[in-house]
Amino acid sequence: MIEIRRVFTQVEDIFHEFGPPPSKPLRRGASVAVIRNPFAGRFEPNIGSMMDELKPLGLELAHRLIATLGTAPQAIQGYGKGAIVGAAGELEHGALWHVPGGYGMREVLGWQNDTGSDPVAGQSGNALAIVPSTKKVGGPSSALDVPLTHLNASYVRSHLDAMEVRVPSAPLADELVFILVMSTGPRIHARLGGLRVEQIALWDGQR
Amino acid sequence: MIAAIRKLVVQVDEIRMEMGRTVTPPTRRAVAMAVVANPYAGRYADSLEQLTVIGEELGALLGAKCVEALGIRPDEAQSYGKAAIVGEAGELEHAAAILHPKLGVPLRRAVSKGAALVPSAKKVGGLGTAIDVPLGHKDAAYVRSHFDAIEARIGDAPRANEILVAVAVTDSGRPLARVGGLQLHEIKGEDGLR
Repeated sequence: MIEIRRVFTQVEDIFHEFGPPPSKPLRRGASVAVIRNPFAGRFEPNIGSMMDELKPLGLELAHRLIATLGTAPQAIQGYGKGAIVGAAGELEHGALWHVPGGYGMREVLGWQNDTGSDPVAGQSGNALAIVPSTKKVGGPSSALDVPLTHLNASYVRSHLDAMEVRVPSAPLADELVFILVMSTGPRIHARLGGLRVEQIALWDGQR
Repeated sequence: MIAAIRKLVVQVDEIRMEMGRTVTPPTRRAVAMAVVANPYAGRYADSLEQLTVIGEELGALLGAKCVEALGIRPDEAQSYGKAAIVGEAGELEHAAAILHPKLGVPLRRAVSKGAALVPSAKKVGGLGTAIDVPLGHKDAAYVRSHFDAIEARIGDAPRANEILVAVAVTDSGRPLARVGGLQLHEIKGEDGLR
């Protein structure tokens, strides 16, 4: 059973970074659950079943994040995920988040083309790209830099970004911190070329 | 608005369990932060009037952001606090100019009433500096269950010529508060203390 101890949300509006302010500020957000690590303090060979138990949490955090951002799912442009494992756990416990966190978020964003949005020709769905991630073992208040990429094409250079997420006092030794992040646009003054959003053509999650 | 805001960050921290016990209802604390340009960076100025006006603007903006993030009516707010971190091209007095003369009135409007002093903290700091924003009950400072603090921090602020301003609002006290003192149901809320 998943025991949720804390839920933490953060939203940030970035108006400029000392360059010309764009007409629409960049909005990025994170939703985080601090849960009890049922495997803390011992080596447990079989941990995989917890991935299924975490599915509802992935969906809940994704819905909560979209609500926190105050935007329609169709307005989300970038995403990422991460995990911080408390000191009595191992890095592998953080890997439990990949499937329920990543696919939970992609499901809510419509990777099976159920968002009701109007996809571009050739687009099989929304949220086609692999969800980038980081993980670490850390003490209370550890910060994690969670990577962000464009949700339909990982190579879109303007959307390669990262967001620092940190929950004061968490994780305790027997806790896990599971994180989802989303953004509504490119880096605030992106100007380094590469694949652009309007050039996405293969819809293979990369280009 | 004369405040030149580079960035706004709003966080909500909801605690559902503490020491293995369920917290019912969960405690919820919001902190809203703005990163603004410091108009007096790098020089000594006798009058800090512009920062006072910025404080007034941010009291309204950040107070409303907290209440909105908690999804509550203003009169459901229970405790509050404020803090500022001045980038290193400024001085501690710049934080005082933002926090003390005019920030309180619009903040109190955002949470309705607010008979009690708004507890505060300030420091000079660099990028990623954290500050613990003190929290106290908004109508009666002696409510012991609501003595608390919440950390405010932004990884890329304040730069040397910036000030990070934080306002915190809650709809609850500490989780599992049990050290006595003045209780929530005992307050009169008139003199700001009890």
